[in-house]
Amino acid sequence: MPDPILALHGLDAFYGDFQALYGVDMTVEEGEILAIIGANGAGKTTLLRSISGLIRNAPEQILYRGEAIGAGRPDVIATAGIAMVPEGRQLFPSLSVEENLMIGGRTGRAGPWNLSSIYKLFPILDERRHQASTSLSGGQQQMVAIGRALMSNPDIILFDEISLGLAPVIIKDIYAALPNIVGAGMTALIVEQDISKALSVSARVYCLQEGRVSLEGRSQQVSREEISRAYFGAS
Amino acid sequence: MEWVNAVVQGTLLGGLYALFAAGLSLIFGVMRLVNIAHGDLIVLSAYLGLTTTVALGVHPLLALVLVLPVMALFGYVLQRVLLNQTLGQDILPPLLVTFGLSVIIQNALLETYTADPQKMDAGALETASVSVGPLALGVLPLLTFGIAIVVIAGLQFIFYRTALGRAFRATSDNQEVAQLMGLNKAHIFGLAMALALAVTAIAGVLLGIRTSFDPSIGGARLIFGFEAVIIGGLGNLWGTLIGGILLGVSQTVGAAISPGFQLLAGHITFLVILALRPNGLFPRISG
Repeated sequence: MPDPILALHGLDAFYGDFQALYGVDMTVEEGEILAIIGANGAGKTTLLRSISGLIRNAPEQILYRGEAIGAGRPDVIATAGIAMVPEGRQLFPSLSVEENLMIGGRTGRAGPWNLSSIYKLFPILDERRHQASTSLSGGQQQMVAIGRALMSNPDIILFDEISLGLAPVIIKDIYAALPNIVGAGMTALIVEQDISKALSVSARVYCLQEGRVSLEGRSQQVSREEISRAYFGAS
Repeated sequence: MEWVNAVVQGTLLGGLYALFAAGLSLIFGVMRLVNIAHGDLIVLSAYLGLTTTVALGVHPLLALVLVLPVMALFGYVLQRVLLNQTLGQDILPPLLVTFGLSVIIQNALLETYTADPQKMDAGALETASVSVGPLALGVLPLLTFGIAIVVIAGLQFIFYRTALGRAFRATSDNQEVAQLMGLNKAHIFGLAMALALAVTAIAGVLLGIRTSFDPSIGGARLIFGFEAVIIGGLGNLWGTLIGGILLGVSQTVGAAISPGFQLLAGHITFLVILALRPNGLFPRISG
């Protein structure tokens, strides 16, 4: 087996004095789609924030291509090839749709994604390119957020609750586009409330419970009982 | 005719106030930093201009070739070394630190240049005027006003047409996500302060040609700048120019009513606008 592209070793994460993650171990192979599920407050978002550098951790607890990035700055980690689609989209309201995408391309990394390939993936954004990003519908905003992350041609893309607050039909569209997005050898970590969605798109799944890994397995093989036990801690 | 003259002279004076305000507006817009030392940095620029003029025997406007990059570099270093450490959820530390910086700059200027009023010698430019109908317009105020328009147009261009401006706006909108896009917040803030102090350099040198100055006048320049920003509306650079003009016109019209009424008239205008439109006339961002 090749070296994992991303490895967490006993990751502890804190918000001030509050500890949100306890000794999380995780390995991610290059090109795989990994789902992370768990109840609210289980530490899913904290996990993504730690990987992306928004929370500083002990350096050796997060290895990216063998390099310790646990204490790295978010902009350095982004430039190294880890992009995030943040929860709630968080577009830049004073920037137009196209400017939001261009900001994503600032890392200057080479790859298949640029303005024209993003517009090909989401044609509606081409029509709306000069509008304020806040004038778009929720689903379109999510497309901008995904496009913005892709523009940096990342090796790993982190999706934080991409279906949150969107209509089911929109969620279906976005998940339908997912294979095109991660098809090109990109690695994806998907944090998702919708467990069946998460399991259907991913190869492997981790479940977090109160800051600890409570289940790890192949998405097609874990049973409902295992998941509900891992989710709620019932024995 | 006296009133028309007051309004025209006040408008031109407003150009200088807009230059005081532009740097203040820029750094507040990008990093929500209220720089109490801004007025003293204007005065520091005037002194740097004076020293350059005296040492090299050049015209004050030519001294800008040196003063502008020096102030910009000073701004970058100041931001990276000191001010970035004060920024966070709490708004008090940057206020206290820039207040301290204000005191330090004033006292350093006092030590270096004494408390005696100084003035830069700009030769014929100081007294030259052109006649427009019955009005005599000073060339220096006209030039100042023109520079203010060029500076604001330039800042506007940087903000809305360049990659740096996109980075400024994105960082201003959401610092966390901007970092996720690979933007180094500390560096972006440093560049914003560099740009702000480059404008401050222009404002300071023009101030030093127009009037005599001493180390203690920074506070009043800060107030004029603040008032122009607030009148015009936060985050709107053209609004800041309008704010500067309204403040300038209020002062000159006030002075035409009674010489002692000049400054008070400006403050009253400011307070009235603050009471009626707390976000200013043309707000673009909310506090």
